[in-house]
Amino acid sequence: MVDGLIGRKVGMTQAFDAVGNAVPLTVIKAGPCTVIQRKTKAKDGYDAFQMGLVEDKPARKPSKAQQGHFVKSGSPVLRILREFPVKGEGKEGDQIFVDIFEAGQKVHITGVGKGKGFQGVVKRHHFKGGGGAHGSMFHRAPGSIGASSYPSRVILGMRMGGRMGSDTVTVRNLRVFEADRTNNLLMVEGAVPGANGTVVVIVKA
Amino acid sequence: MNTMQLVEEKYMRKDLDPFAVGDTVKVHVLIKEGDKERVQIFQGDIIAKRGGAGMNASFTVRKISFGVGVERVFPLHSRSIKKIEVVRKTSVRRAKLYYLRSLKGKAARLRGDQR
Repeated sequence: MVDGLIGRKVGMTQAFDAVGNAVPLTVIKAGPCTVIQRKTKAKDGYDAFQMGLVEDKPARKPSKAQQGHFVKSGSPVLRILREFPVKGEGKEGDQIFVDIFEAGQKVHITGVGKGKGFQGVVKRHHFKGGGGAHGSMFHRAPGSIGASSYPSRVILGMRMGGRMGSDTVTVRNLRVFEADRTNNLLMVEGAVPGANGTVVVIVKA
Repeated sequence: MNTMQLVEEKYMRKDLDPFAVGDTVKVHVLIKEGDKERVQIFQGDIIAKRGGAGMNASFTVRKISFGVGVERVFPLHSRSIKKIEVVRKTSVRRAKLYYLRSLKGKAARLRGDQR
């Protein structure tokens, strides 16, 4: 019905594959997901499944509007909703589990990366920076940001220091190590954006 | 039990015999050469264990081979380890025996069978 799932990053560990190599693993609590709304071309302008992540924690004090939105699916009000492109048939209330993935399969994983705070130009934009010693006097400063009387302004898009991180990041083609249906866990080889507890969207590659 | 422990539990090796720092062991390692497999034995003293009860735990085995000190670090939960055979137990007073690296010959011996 859909080729993806919502989950939360749990943490990282390692395991050993069939050959005996150590593999870095990210554990994701993936699903179960309920279809909350079927968006259609006729009504919404595009086709999609809106899915909700079923968690132990219920949504806090849902508004009347939220409650109404969940009536059709018969699901309790959920905190996390995401949309997925349509692959085949399905209706409101249908559930999807991790078993849509299998070991060895490639997936794309999207999440919000860790925030880095206010960072200088060397870390944020990979400027070279200056020498550290020998009387250099130019260490990690950005340098000139343009000419003087002409154009009398800083051109748009000039790379400077500022808030870094907390961007939506997609890591492509991560290999599934194991999909555990009983515990709703997905083990993926490699790192996944964000801190532990971050909501991630997993899609088949 | 939290989720991470639940996952690690599944991948861990629990069939290995317990051993401690200071023990002399024979580690039976599975070696793959092309499509042939054979078991190689690495015998030496355990000079360090790290990683506690986690999945990333490893241990260091040190031996003197033709007068040259050789150390090998094994991941404790690796599937390549067939068996760990404890040859001799000794009593040591440290968790890490890195001081053995600077000792030679008779001074580098561990006092045996004290337990």
